[in-house]
Amino acid sequence: MNALSGKKLVLLGERDGVPSPAMEKVFAGTGAEVVFAATECFV
Amino acid sequence: MDLQNQQRVKDAAQTYGADNVVVILGSSDAEGSGIYAETVTAGDPTYAGPLAGVPLGLPVYHVFDPAIKACADPAAWEEHIGMMEMVVDTEKLATAVKEMREQFGKSPI
Repeated sequence: MNALSGKKLVLLGERDGVPSPAMEKVFAGTGAEVVFAATECFV
Repeated sequence: MDLQNQQRVKDAAQTYGADNVVVILGSSDAEGSGIYAETVTAGDPTYAGPLAGVPLGLPVYHVFDPAIKACADPAAWEEHIGMMEMVVDTEKLATAVKEMREQFGKSPI
């Protein structure tokens, strides 16, 4: 079973790193629920 | 960390319980990753936001932590994250977050 299965994910991405929409896509099939996702920008 | 995002993280921990929430970071520098990780475990180190003095102790990982990458869909990873993985020091990022998690986090997955 996926280690993230059943978990509530908080995704804090960064525009110049890995943005949260990319993380949402790669964890979509884990059985975890994304409860908050944000992408910060430091420019 | 953005003050509004601190509040959203705090709300998520209160709503779902700290044991059920996992925070995953996508920052590109180790120092920033460490500060994010500290904020969601020990509390806001700048004492400026809603998490000041609030040690949530959440399990927090960098997206490049091998344990987290292992959970991801390999094809989607290659398409959306693979390029960034080649240009950053993934081990340094994962370690910066791991140090905070092991020091202040309460419930690693």
